[in-house]
Amino acid sequence: MLKYIISRFALSLVTLWVIITLTFVLMHSIPGNPFASESTMPQGVYENLMKYYNLDKPLVIQYGMYLKSIAHFDFGPSIKKSTVSVNGYIQKSFPVSAHLGLQALAIAIFFGVLLGTIAALNHNKGPDYFSMVLAIIGISVPSFILATVLMNYIAVEWKLLPVAGWKTWKHTILPSVALAMMPMAYIARLMRSSMLEVLGQDYIKTAKAKGMAKSIIILKHALRNAILPVVTVLGTIATNLVTGSFIIENIFGIPGMGDMFVKGIFDRDYPIILGSAVFYSAILILLTFLIDIAYTLIDPRIKLVGGVRDAH
Amino acid sequence: MRTEIKLTEDMFQPVNDNFKNAENISRPNIPFWTDVWRRLKQNKLAMVGLTIISLLAVMAIIGPYLSGFNYYSQDFSKKNLHPNSIHWFGTDYAGRDIFTRAWYGARISLFIGLMAASIDFVIGVVYGGFSGFKAGRIDNIMMRIGEVFYSIPHLLMVILLMVVLPQGLWTIILAMTITGWIPMSRLVRGQVLQLKEQEYVQAAKAMGASTGWILRKHLIPNTMGPILVNITLTVPQAIFAEATLSFLGLGVPPPMASWGTMTSDALESLFVGNAYQLFIPAFLISLTMFAFNVLGDGLRDALDPRLRK
Repeated sequence: MLKYIISRFALSLVTLWVIITLTFVLMHSIPGNPFASESTMPQGVYENLMKYYNLDKPLVIQYGMYLKSIAHFDFGPSIKKSTVSVNGYIQKSFPVSAHLGLQALAIAIFFGVLLGTIAALNHNKGPDYFSMVLAIIGISVPSFILATVLMNYIAVEWKLLPVAGWKTWKHTILPSVALAMMPMAYIARLMRSSMLEVLGQDYIKTAKAKGMAKSIIILKHALRNAILPVVTVLGTIATNLVTGSFIIENIFGIPGMGDMFVKGIFDRDYPIILGSAVFYSAILILLTFLIDIAYTLIDPRIKLVGGVRDAH
Repeated sequence: MRTEIKLTEDMFQPVNDNFKNAENISRPNIPFWTDVWRRLKQNKLAMVGLTIISLLAVMAIIGPYLSGFNYYSQDFSKKNLHPNSIHWFGTDYAGRDIFTRAWYGARISLFIGLMAASIDFVIGVVYGGFSGFKAGRIDNIMMRIGEVFYSIPHLLMVILLMVVLPQGLWTIILAMTITGWIPMSRLVRGQVLQLKEQEYVQAAKAMGASTGWILRKHLIPNTMGPILVNITLTVPQAIFAEATLSFLGLGVPPPMASWGTMTSDALESLFVGNAYQLFIPAFLISLTMFAFNVLGDGLRDALDPRLRK
C-alpha cells in the first residue's frame, strides 16, 4: 500500500512537472512578447517592464526562476493588470469556483445516483425510459447551450431567478444546474448499468429469500456495491466540471477562476494563463491521487501492484 | 436376469446418409460482422442514430448548394430575417443565409470530428498495439509516458495550444489529437495484452494455426469492437470540444462557419428575440452528439452480447 502511494505520488509530481514545462514552453514559443505590440511605449519604460517581468533574461534562466517561484506557490504578477498578482487573483476567485464546482458536484452525484437507481429498479419500464431520455439529453446538449436556454427562459422571460452575477444563493442555482447536467447524465448511466449488474447477483437473491425489506436490500446491499464505479469516475467528473466552469462562469458573469482563465486568454495575459493552468492541473492531479487511494480503501478487493491500479 | 438380445437383419443396415452429416452445422455460417449488424439492426435507438448521421452527412455534402446562397456573403439590408421562403432558416446578424451556413458548419464540425477520431485511431492503434505486443519493460515505460500525458486535462491543453498556434481548421485538429490518442492506445494495449493470453488463442496455436491466422481470425476481430465503439464516441467529443473552443473565440476563423461559432455569434441575438439563430446550430450540435452517442452505445451492445441487459 505504502509503496503504491509513494510511486503514485512520484508519478503525480512528474506529471505536474511535465505540465509546467509544457505550458512554459508553449507560452514562450509565441513570437515577440506581451509588450511588443504597444508601440507608443517609450524605450525606457519598455526596458524596465522587460526587466520587471524578467523577460530580458535567457529562457533557461527564466524557466529556472519560474520553477523556483512555483515551488514556493508564487505565480508572479499579472501582465495586463500590473497591480494584481496571479496569487491574489487565485485567492479571490478560487473560493467562488470551488463553491460552484462543489454545488454542481453535489447535484450531479445526488440526482445521478437517484436517477440511475430508479432506472435500474424499474428496468424497461416508464421510469427507466424517462431517466435514460434525461441522461441522453444531458450528454447531447452542450453546457453553454443549456446555460443560455436556462438563462433566457427562467431568468429573462419568467424572471424566476436572477440573470447573472454571484451574490445570493439564488444566483448560484442556474449556473450549478447548467454545470451539473452533463456529469449527472454520465453518473446516471453508469449507476444504472452497475445497479443492474449488482441486482442480478446471488447475495441480493439471498437477501430477498431471507425476507429482508426491499429498502434495506437496496440501500445496504445493492447501493453500496453499485456506487463503486461512480467513485472511479469522480476524477473525470472533476475535470469535466473545471472545463465546464470556463464557459458557465463566463456566461453567468461569475468572478471565478474559469472566468479569470478565459479573460486571461482574451487578454493574452500569459502569467494568468500559465498560473491558472498549473493551478488547475495541480488540483486535478491531487484529486485523482486522492480518489485512487480512497477507492482502494472503499473496495478491499482491489489489489495494488507497483504503480498501477489493477485493471478491472 | 438376462435377456437375450435378438439380433435382426434390419439392425445392420448401412447408416443413413443424413445421419452421417449430424456433425455438420445445419444453420448458415454467419460471419462476426454480419452477426453484429443483425444485432445492431434490432436496436431501434442505434438505428435512429445511424439514420441521423447519414442524413447529416448527406446534407453536409449537398446542403450548402441547395438554397442558392453562399456561406460568406454579407448583406446588411437583409440581416436578422426570421425563417421565410427565401431564407429557409433565416439570416444572421450580418445577413448571411443560416441554412447554407448550418450545412457548411456541418461539414466543418463533422470533418473535425472524423479527422480527430481517425488520427487518434491510427496513433493509438500503433502505439498501444506495439506496447501491448512487446509487453514487459518497453510496455511499462510507454504506458507511464502515456499516463503522464493522460493526466493533463484535455480541454485545458487544447485551449493552451489554441492560444499559441495560429487559428485554423488544422490547428484545432492538431490540438485535439495531441493528447486525444492516449485513451485509444490504452484501450488497444489492454485488449492485445488480454487477448494474447486467452485460451482460444492458445488452442489455435496448439492446433498449429499460423501467427497470421491468429491475427486475422482472432486478435483483429476481437480488438476492432471496442476500438470502433471508442471511435464512435470520440467523434461527438471532438465536435463538442470544437464547439466549446469556438464559444471561447478560439474556433475556426471567420468567415468559416462551424456550429460552435454560429452558436457563439447567436448568443446576443437570443435576448433581442432572434432565438432561431441560436436554436438551429444548437439543435444540430445536440442532434449530432445524440446520434453518435446512441450509435456508440448500440455498437457496444451489438459487439458484446454478454454486456446486454
